[in-house]
Amino acid sequence: MDKLTQRVLDNPEFQKMAHQKSVLGWSFSILIFSIYVVYILYIGLSPESFGVPVGTGSITTWGIYIGLFVILFAIAITGIYVHKANGVFEETTQRVIRVVQEQNHE
Amino acid sequence: MNKYLLALLAGLFSTSAWADALTGEVEKQPLNIPAIIMFFLFVAATLYITYWAARKNTTTSDFYTAGGGISGFKNGLAIAGDYMSAASFLGISAMVYTTGYDGLIYSTGFLVGWPIVLFLIAERLRNLGKFTFADVAAYRLKQTPVRLFAASGTLLVVMIYLIAQVVGAGKLIQLLFGMNYIWAVLIVGVLMVLYVLFGGMLATTWVQIIKAVLLLSGATFMAFMVLKIADFSPEIMFKKATEVHEKGTSIMSPGGLVKNPIDALSLGVALMFGTAGLPHILMRFFTVKDAKQARKSVFVATGFIGYFYILTFIIGFGAIMLLTKDPQFFETTIKDGVEITQIIGGNNMAAVHLSNAVGGNIFLGFISAVAFATILAVVAGLTLSGASAVSHDLYASVIMKGKARPHDEMRISRLTTLVLGVLAIILGIAFENQNVAFMVGLAFALAASANFPILFLSMFWKNLTTRGAVVGGFSGLIAATTLIVLGPTVWVSVLHNDAPIFPYGNPALFTIPLTFIVAWLVSVTDTSERAKLDKAGFQAQYVRSMTGIGASGAAQH
Repeated sequence: MDKLTQRVLDNPEFQKMAHQKSVLGWSFSILIFSIYVVYILYIGLSPESFGVPVGTGSITTWGIYIGLFVILFAIAITGIYVHKANGVFEETTQRVIRVVQEQNHE
Repeated sequence: MNKYLLALLAGLFSTSAWADALTGEVEKQPLNIPAIIMFFLFVAATLYITYWAARKNTTTSDFYTAGGGISGFKNGLAIAGDYMSAASFLGISAMVYTTGYDGLIYSTGFLVGWPIVLFLIAERLRNLGKFTFADVAAYRLKQTPVRLFAASGTLLVVMIYLIAQVVGAGKLIQLLFGMNYIWAVLIVGVLMVLYVLFGGMLATTWVQIIKAVLLLSGATFMAFMVLKIADFSPEIMFKKATEVHEKGTSIMSPGGLVKNPIDALSLGVALMFGTAGLPHILMRFFTVKDAKQARKSVFVATGFIGYFYILTFIIGFGAIMLLTKDPQFFETTIKDGVEITQIIGGNNMAAVHLSNAVGGNIFLGFISAVAFATILAVVAGLTLSGASAVSHDLYASVIMKGKARPHDEMRISRLTTLVLGVLAIILGIAFENQNVAFMVGLAFALAASANFPILFLSMFWKNLTTRGAVVGGFSGLIAATTLIVLGPTVWVSVLHNDAPIFPYGNPALFTIPLTFIVAWLVSVTDTSERAKLDKAGFQAQYVRSMTGIGASGAAQH
């Protein structure tokens, strides 16, 4: 293993960031996957509960809101992740890169 | 009874494989002059861009990735343009028009793959690869076998997807422009070769961006007009639609699409993980400068694609509301000796007729032209991806062992582009009367069962070995293909057998785990010298995938 790789791996700031990023990425993946699977299975098992109107006398059903929610949730969750990954995580990454490259030149 | 049920299921899944807009019998419509003029305006504009891009298209990096200089926002739009096919526009709005709610279930499947691409794939892919996803899969493994597998996965997916698109173009041109099938196949084949051959990734990207903007603006206008007619109240829109639809209020809840949750889920995971394994989509991440832009492009793409699916839902309901009681949009034909009244040109024309109802004849021409232009953007991306697999993975890495001269690699990629164009035309003509409804589903299933698991394992699991990747990947390819052939979409609908041997329309729910298990099993039992090297390379790969140190950046222009 080359020195640069070892220095990055040994960098405590990198370790912390990598851990946080992986926790965030995996929990978000599991979240969106579960929402979709639950949505499909629920439709399969109990389609009638999606046909319940949201209010008495209204035509719009809960199913419409739930479907729209899945779409908007997918957009929102990517937005949150990008905000975090392109913000704090990216700053940390750039800082770590600067530090290890300086160490390399010493 | 059983036979009827199966036919129904097969029918459902051919719609659900996007493909109804692209397949099935169509009747040639009268010549649509405004549409043809607007389409040729689009072609003129894109050819001008190709001419402009051709001067910048000098190195292999320009050809494959536009020099890595596309911004995150533009790339996001291009990804959206790559993903929103003609069939997802016409097919999903048609599905909403006929079944209501089911169209929404279907769109969500196409969307939820994108967050997964972002969380697990985009950043590492950008940091590790240069031109193709094989760069990443083979990063620390033995180049030749892994690239052979990746190139097979790429070419299979590309060819199958290409056939579905070209045949779809032929069907569409009869409906939209009133022109002959063969014209469509020739126009699509020739234009895609021109874009890619001369303009490379830069021209392809711009074709995708222009198409995305046109499609999104056209669909926005239609949805706006529909809502305007309903006093900007979805409740009024739903009320008016349920009053005239033959199924009444049942269109407000799930219908037949998810009769069988296993089948629906299997299609769902194919869509979800297939998106993360489609070579022409993965390739788009190398066109941006760094991981930051790669992440941004997924957000932009997800936003636009999600917005587009909401629009198609409104458009579908608008079609119910505005077309159902208007006899000018219907025709009575005799089919199999039975007189049927249907929307002119079939249900897939719902969105097109709606454009006439809300925007008149010129807008109808615009929407028809955009629907056809959409196919060009998708096939250009596919062709480029296929050409890179041959020139970069097979020629430069496998045959020349990484010692190819850039000039020769470029020549091979151009030659491959030409060959793919000719093949697309020949196969488009050969498949004219075939039922290709299963092909898009097959492409997604292959991408999800072979490309995705190997790409994923190579980035995340340090004990993956060359042998594990190759054996696992090929078993995914073979299993997915076999099960689709034995399933209802091919065994029953295409080969006309009575009952399918494999009961589900999409095998991904079984074949994705299979690939993972085989790759794992072969890797852990692999004690070869090569396996030690494969594992030893992981940490350096991990650091680069997380930091981008040493990653290929944007070329200087």
